[in-house]
Amino acid sequence: MSLTDATSRPAAPSRLSGVPVMLAALFCLACLVCALGADWIAPYGEADLVAMPWQAPDLAHPLGTDQLGRDMLSRIIFGARTSIGLSLAIVTLAFMVGGAFGLAAVTLGGWADAVISRVVDLFMALPPLVLALLALSVSGTSLVTLTLVAAFIASLRVFRLTRALGVDIAARDFVDVARLRRDSTARIMWREILPNAAIPLISEFGLRFVFAFLFVASLSFLGLGVQPPTADWGGMVRENVGALNYGRLTPLVPAAFIALLAISVNLIGDYVVARRGGAR
Amino acid sequence: MNGSAPLLEIKGLHVEAVLPNGGIATILDDISLTLGRGEVMGLIGESGAGKSTLGLTALGAVRGGAYVRSGEVKLDGVDLLKGGPALLRDIRGRRVAYVAQSAASAFNPAFRLIDQVIETSVQRRLMSRAQARQRAIELFARLELPSPETFGEKFPHQASGGQLQRAMTAMAMCARPDLIVFDEPTTALDVTTQIEVILAVRQAIREEGMAGLYISHDLALVAQMADAILVLRHGKMVESGSTAQVIEAPTADYTRRLIAARNLRHAPQPERPPLLELKGIAAGYGNVSIIEKLDLVVPQGRTLAVVGESGSGKSTLGKVICGLLPHRAGSLAFAGRRLEPDMHRRPLDDLRDIQMVHQNPDLALNPRQRVGEIIGAPLSRFQGLRGAARDVAVAALLEQVELKPEFAERRPGALSGGQKQRVCIARALAARPRLIVCDEVTSALDPLVADGVLKLLARLQAEQGVSYLFITHDFGAVEALADHVAVMRHGALVAAGPARQVLNPPYHPYTEALIRAVPELRLGWLDGVIAARATQTPDRRST
Amino acid sequence: MTAILAKRLAMGIVLVLLASALLFFAGELLPGDFATKLLGSSATPEAVEALRRARGVDAPALTRYLDWLAGLMRGDLGTSLTNGREIGPLIATRLKNTLMLAGAAALIAVPLAVGLGTLAAIFRDRLFDRAILVLSMVTVATPEFFFAYMAIAVFAVNLHWVPSISIVTAGMSFERMWPLLVLPVMTLVITSCAHMIRMTRASIVSVMDSDYVGTALLKGLPEWQVVVRHVLPNVMSPIAAVVVLNLADLVVGLIIVETIFAYPGMGQLMVDSVSKQDITVVQACGLIFAATYILLNMIADLLAIALNPRLRYAR
Repeated sequence: MSLTDATSRPAAPSRLSGVPVMLAALFCLACLVCALGADWIAPYGEADLVAMPWQAPDLAHPLGTDQLGRDMLSRIIFGARTSIGLSLAIVTLAFMVGGAFGLAAVTLGGWADAVISRVVDLFMALPPLVLALLALSVSGTSLVTLTLVAAFIASLRVFRLTRALGVDIAARDFVDVARLRRDSTARIMWREILPNAAIPLISEFGLRFVFAFLFVASLSFLGLGVQPPTADWGGMVRENVGALNYGRLTPLVPAAFIALLAISVNLIGDYVVARRGGAR
Repeated sequence: MNGSAPLLEIKGLHVEAVLPNGGIATILDDISLTLGRGEVMGLIGESGAGKSTLGLTALGAVRGGAYVRSGEVKLDGVDLLKGGPALLRDIRGRRVAYVAQSAASAFNPAFRLIDQVIETSVQRRLMSRAQARQRAIELFARLELPSPETFGEKFPHQASGGQLQRAMTAMAMCARPDLIVFDEPTTALDVTTQIEVILAVRQAIREEGMAGLYISHDLALVAQMADAILVLRHGKMVESGSTAQVIEAPTADYTRRLIAARNLRHAPQPERPPLLELKGIAAGYGNVSIIEKLDLVVPQGRTLAVVGESGSGKSTLGKVICGLLPHRAGSLAFAGRRLEPDMHRRPLDDLRDIQMVHQNPDLALNPRQRVGEIIGAPLSRFQGLRGAARDVAVAALLEQVELKPEFAERRPGALSGGQKQRVCIARALAARPRLIVCDEVTSALDPLVADGVLKLLARLQAEQGVSYLFITHDFGAVEALADHVAVMRHGALVAAGPARQVLNPPYHPYTEALIRAVPELRLGWLDGVIAARATQTPDRRST
Repeated sequence: MTAILAKRLAMGIVLVLLASALLFFAGELLPGDFATKLLGSSATPEAVEALRRARGVDAPALTRYLDWLAGLMRGDLGTSLTNGREIGPLIATRLKNTLMLAGAAALIAVPLAVGLGTLAAIFRDRLFDRAILVLSMVTVATPEFFFAYMAIAVFAVNLHWVPSISIVTAGMSFERMWPLLVLPVMTLVITSCAHMIRMTRASIVSVMDSDYVGTALLKGLPEWQVVVRHVLPNVMSPIAAVVVLNLADLVVGLIIVETIFAYPGMGQLMVDSVSKQDITVVQACGLIFAATYILLNMIADLLAIALNPRLRYAR
């Protein structure tokens, strides 16, 4: 509703240009292909010592080698599998748990809603990284703990969003109409509420994925996430930090991949929301 | 300054807007008008007609991505569109002022009203602060705001909607502009509040001698406020002339239909036995009681109109009857059997027999479903129809509500407001109900569209014998449909009975106040009200 | 309004208490026995028992929780599980270092982010705004260590302007200390600005699009007056909230930045202790981080309430 002088001609509306989004989508696709087909795509094995440590990039090793002399490109490809797979597992778990509790809070209402919401409020009042560090110090660094903790933290936000969307949509008259013809709760969820929550939930999935992905990368970087010799982008940054002292940029390679993937997913998310603008 | 030029002269005005997809939409197409000093012109049209855009151009402003493609907007002979930003700043507030539809959001929440009212005069150095305050207090008194001396000390959230609308008028008048643009200033108000505001505004305009552009979708209201009327539709001028000419001898077909839209009358019908009986119904949310001890009867195949202002509990009543909000006391009897308070405990037959049509079709239709699914769902549930048989039934229902069968394939987003409401009616009919609760079904619609929906409801009742509980604040709709009328206020019944009896003298005083507050489409109606008031109670400084 | 403030304050205290309980009882879940672990499998049962008693691990959990709380009230944070040293003095110097780093970062980041966000809102949809939006989107999605190592590679390794690690010690002079702070502060500023810029811009844009700003424009006030008189008073509260919320996130961002630069702060201590499974230190650090986070969030809430005229002046 912005007010302007009638004499000034407005600029053409800004639209997200398609080219960066296409590039982002291609990059995401490439990462996914690498993650799924790492065994076939990677030129060398995940833990094979193939050359001298921290070799400069050449034809045999386009991204150089790491601190033990393993091929960086192969490690990046295998790392895609760990980093993306882990993040997807975390977000999927988070959506199952957070979504289920969110829907339960909406449908049950009353006491159940109040209790679940207060507990979520408590955990959301704490810094996520501190929660994760606490859990990891208690149970030691393991992939299972890492996944569970990250999924738990992400599920808090998924819960809040699902609950808010559910409350909002359930208050619309067409849901009353469905209830008044005695459609089952499951049918109302599936046919009336879910289709209207789909777009915000999908964009939230993207956001949560980026968050989980960066979170895992950070923990691995701190040495508390994925443990060697499994390749993982965050851990690879940590392992290769020493290269900086020799004037090599090796640790920046996995770091750049982390940044590129996170940016790409965000770009695609923004694009989807802009295209389906006002779907909420 | 050119002494012979009219105050405002708009010539050949074209306004366009850039759409989000990059396309161009025409908002105003070749509009011309002339307004003399001290004259008020009414701009009338349905939503999307471009009347608000036209009003804003008198201040050299547009909203959200619009721009003037060609044309002139001359104030005292000077084209505002050629003067640049400095000229626009100079005339805004000082020579042309604006009163918005929603005063509640048009006032800055962080400041006291008085500081906002005198802002133009003080910041533009038209008056000293003390003079401006004095002037504002005079205007508060003239606009009949309570305790004018101290009213301005309130923050916006501390005043009521009707008060804010008057304060906004005072703000516009404070710097003594030549022209005020009123953009639907009373649309968001209840009728009894609206009448107070328009009375005060009309008197103030006369006494101050200002010219006005009065924008509204309500022809009857505009006829009371304006000397001349310009009818707009789809951005084009349909008709313009003096108010008397437009009201009494309209030339355009569209104007004639607009005038006729107010004149639907329901012929008295023979009495029928009761279908739904409410005895001593009480209901509310949490600790708040909304309805208390309500007794009502809806006869078979007839219409009971429930009339009231916002907060009267009339919409809550609809929820109670459907079982969405279980009542706390009293009893509901339907066709001789008792209705459970809670819908979950009602048998499916009871749910089928009572259907509901909501106020806002955008909320009542699932935007992700096709019309065929929306109407098909109750057919499957209540008639057990599937597949091709269901498709045939959907097509038949669409025909009954005067929509083409192709609509079954569309989603609600592709329909107009009136078409959506017809789909809602078709969905209700699909259950073959005996009673339809209609909750303000016409209040979100433009007058002509509402008229069509009312005619449809009347025809369906005549053909199928369905009863309506018709919840509304609009007496026009009551006259068009109601056999019986119940007037509600603060959750209780004020008057009830056959329509002829309730809507004619001797009235209950509140019913009379409600009816008298609805503008009538005849010249001099408001003057009559003013004259009548002058002889009656002197004190009406409230709300 | 005082009632609302009191309620929020009470809620903050309850949250900190709950957080302390969570931290403490999570420690109780620690599988395996720390004493056995610490002394190795060859330790005699007597030695294990003695160590357990020395650390007071054999009392009931609730008693020890209350003891721990009481200790906290007196400023006694307990002793480290692994080396038996007092945690209080250990944390004190590190807390000071951390506050110094966070303070320096906040001092630069807040004015920078609010300024850039305001400019982006004023030049909405123009080139400057779009550039800022793209930049902030990129920085939000980029991990701290990318910027940190980039900066190390350029400024420390190539240019030798500043050292690549930042081990500050007590009693270090300011001249020797500040070069050590440059890179960590820079990293923190870059990563914490993006969010603040976006939120500042969004708050201002929503006020600029409001009806009452339209009213002010239609009064013929010059644009700067509209901004100063009508926009600013109404964006103060959301921006204050944005700033405080982001300070809370900054505190957490510290944990990673300190580790990167081997900066002897609380964050690095906590990460170290996690890998050593030194739960008492993790608990103490965690509680301080959590309490700061809760406190800052509460301040954001209180600011929003205090600056809202609807709550300041009741009907």
